[in-house]
Amino acid sequence: MTILKVVRYVILDVVRNRWVLAYGLFFLAVTDVLLRLGGSGPRAMLSLLNVVVLLIPLVTIVFGTIYWHGAREFNELLLSQPVARGTLFHGLFAGLVIPLSVAFVVGVTIPVLVQRAADGQTTKLLLLLLLAGCALTAVFGALAVLIAGLVDDRLKGLGIALGVWLVMTVAYDGLVLWVAMAFQDYPIEGAMLALSFANPVDLARVLLVLRFDVSALMGYTGAVMQRMLGTPLGIAAAIGGLAAWTIVPGLFALRAFHRRDF
Amino acid sequence: MVRARGVDKRYGKLPVLRGLDLDVERGQVTAIVGPNASGKTTFNKILLGLVRADRGEVHIDGHRVDEDPSYRARIGYMPQSARFPENLCADDVFRMLADLRGASEASRDEELIESLVLGPVLRTPIRVLSGGMRQRVNAALAFLFRPELLLLDEPTAALDPISSGVLKDKIRQERDAGRTFILTSHVLSELEELADRVAFLLEGQVRFSGSQEELKAKTGEATLERAIAQLMRQGAAEPPAVARVS
Repeated sequence: MTILKVVRYVILDVVRNRWVLAYGLFFLAVTDVLLRLGGSGPRAMLSLLNVVVLLIPLVTIVFGTIYWHGAREFNELLLSQPVARGTLFHGLFAGLVIPLSVAFVVGVTIPVLVQRAADGQTTKLLLLLLLAGCALTAVFGALAVLIAGLVDDRLKGLGIALGVWLVMTVAYDGLVLWVAMAFQDYPIEGAMLALSFANPVDLARVLLVLRFDVSALMGYTGAVMQRMLGTPLGIAAAIGGLAAWTIVPGLFALRAFHRRDF
Repeated sequence: MVRARGVDKRYGKLPVLRGLDLDVERGQVTAIVGPNASGKTTFNKILLGLVRADRGEVHIDGHRVDEDPSYRARIGYMPQSARFPENLCADDVFRMLADLRGASEASRDEELIESLVLGPVLRTPIRVLSGGMRQRVNAALAFLFRPELLLLDEPTAALDPISSGVLKDKIRQERDAGRTFILTSHVLSELEELADRVAFLLEGQVRFSGSQEELKAKTGEATLERAIAQLMRQGAAEPPAVARVS
């Protein structure tokens, strides 16, 4: 399988990049501190969720955009071999998402195990948090690859990546809140639900929030989702939404990759 | 071995190749010459599938280059400047490409690794190697899997005289063993030494294709350098014509 060979060498290259190691160590340190200060496992996991929904999109989209631009040498070298463009694209994407996800999963899991904090509820929350983190890595990896594939200029690409992060993590909840306030006299639940699905960060948050009665702490979108999607079907829909947020930008990026001149 | 017909390529609004026709024969060294931006590197990249032609067809041994990529297992490529994944060392790159091509260790041609004295730096990350050293790795890589067709783009540009001599000897040796070369270089004395045939590119078209003797006879010049200069002067005076093919 050519693709597995490509993934292996891309990961070999990415892992030697110290950023990935630093990223894993950061999650290790933050989880450790939150577990020590938070008192209980579930509380620490919920605090960690706020770090995860801000930091994973930021690091993945910035690192991913830089990585994709920097992979040009690798692309030229591999495409002059008997390697199809589609195979290389998927190999590069896996080589971006897998090391970042592994660094996150290992970084968060080690302190939980070392501090023996994994009781029933914490374990359930931890698994959901890991799922949400990996899903966000895939979504923002796909967005990074799309931005880098469409914008040749590195700085411009990086600027757009930061803009997308800012809109999705910071500005979006403000917009949702404004819509809710402005139209509070109207039945807007359907619109609120649609707005939540239009943002992968909210969807990832919902994955965790729906399991616990903390939705009021997680912004207005969380409250709406708790009411309307607090069922297994709701969680499946959120996961489906996150998958769509990975696949659609990924397909556009693949199309750009097929048409590109190296 | 290589047959290109009516190849067009533009980068944005800039036309680079305009109906390029060219045949490259097996077992010979064909030099592609022309002024800067005449389309030499673009043509090489189209042969490798790195750049897609807008129009026209290119076949290598009967296989269209824009279809199945398996034909590239028979090509060795040495780009103008050596570019590698920076965190890998030369040994990783050699192993990676061997793995991707399914080439066994016994089938490799490691002569250049030895004669270009690459042994001591094989485990050094490529990012810390000098430009010349990277280019040596690049040269060794092009020959490593005993390809039938070698595309060498300005192969000696960054090499010291000893390495350059080693590489030229290797080209002659492999040509005599029946391999086909497409060579681009601005060092015309070097091409005069190595090339069996010359294709002259101007404004994205092949304006001359034939042996060195034919070119010299056509222009009435004694050296390749003067003959090419003559073609360039003629080309500047003439508008782009329909391509002539040997």
